[in-house]
Amino acid sequence: MNGNAASPADWPLWEVFVRSRQGLDHRHCGSLHAADARMALEMARDVYTRRMEGVSLWVVPSQAIIASQPEDQGIDFDPMSDKIYRHPTFYELPDEVRHM
Amino acid sequence: MYTQSMDLSREPAAVAGNDAEQAFEARIAADRKVEPQDWMPDAYRRTLVRQISQHAHSEIVGMLPEGNWVTRAPSLKRKAILLAKIQDEGGHGLYLYAAAETLGTPRAQMQQALLDGRAKYSSIFNYPTLTWADVGVIGWLVDGAAIMNQIPLCRCSYGPYARAMIRICKEESFHQRQGFESLLSMMRGTESQRAMVQDAVNRWWWPVVMMFGPSDADSIHSAQTMKWGIKRISNDDLRQKFIDATVPQAELLGITLPDPDLRWNADRGHYDHGPINWDEFWQVVGGDGPCNRERIAARQSAHDKGAWVREAAAAHAARRAARSRAEAA
Repeated sequence: MNGNAASPADWPLWEVFVRSRQGLDHRHCGSLHAADARMALEMARDVYTRRMEGVSLWVVPSQAIIASQPEDQGIDFDPMSDKIYRHPTFYELPDEVRHM
Repeated sequence: MYTQSMDLSREPAAVAGNDAEQAFEARIAADRKVEPQDWMPDAYRRTLVRQISQHAHSEIVGMLPEGNWVTRAPSLKRKAILLAKIQDEGGHGLYLYAAAETLGTPRAQMQQALLDGRAKYSSIFNYPTLTWADVGVIGWLVDGAAIMNQIPLCRCSYGPYARAMIRICKEESFHQRQGFESLLSMMRGTESQRAMVQDAVNRWWWPVVMMFGPSDADSIHSAQTMKWGIKRISNDDLRQKFIDATVPQAELLGITLPDPDLRWNADRGHYDHGPINWDEFWQVVGGDGPCNRERIAARQSAHDKGAWVREAAAAHAARRAARSRAEAA
């Protein structure tokens, strides 16, 4: 999987993101192999939107995605669990205050 | 994510060990998903690669028996439906290859295993499609059995496989319904059309019943894959569920299922069925079914004839990339 795609078996991998409706986020839906970006878009349309699943597509080379690692999950996310004051439900208000 | 490269960004061995193994076991026990980056035992990885790739091969080979009828579909409507269904099967193959690749095995390697005969695919696709009614029966019974098998896989412990199965199951429903509807319209037609449907059902029924695989007692992989949460319901239970669901549909169609022992058992609350010819099953799995050689030859021919397209697309992409680099400079 190098940049110059020398052998057909090396068609790089692309991640596909679909926006299902105008106004919503693009969401990851899968991946595919394609020789270049344009081909990836065309194939993404055929593979992932045969039933009007989307109105817009993104394709991103899989290698371009930088991901956090599972073993770092504790360091990354646990410190947030004792900061419950960041949630609106932490604050008890009198019943008289409705809708806040 | 279906990402192979992300998957390999850190050596999995670096986190292996007792802690990792315990974390894996705990995750399975808690019915939480395993994702590509997570540590997993080699045997779990190998089992998944085998199962998902063979599932993918089945989708791809499954296009062949139906493709046989594209040019001879009885109307433009049926032809459009059949083409859409075959395109779906190709898509299902791709979702599944992508899910299998997250385990670190390249797609080209899996496809080579199919062509070499090292990898299996569903035995059902080694039977021929002799008449147009076979196309309807494949939708109703073959896809019906596949759905039965695939719905529990939506809860599989391996995330990418489970997500691919959710997408596939949504689309399979169309496959089964179009098949049943096609048979229904034939049954409302002429005497010879009804006879054609009955003949197709007679030929497909037993191979379909065998699709669920060997009896639980003889299934070598079942116990371990159940323990790992890959498989959720046993072969025999799925087969029973399928038969129970199908008998009333057959009555509605007005056809007879070719099993004289098929009758309702009020004590069990299920239909009893006659003995299954497992010799035939093992013969087909072993490569000696009616169409095994033809199917692999068709795949090999498509692979060979597509080689220049794959090479040309890669060469075109390389040239465009070089040109845009030159323009940027």
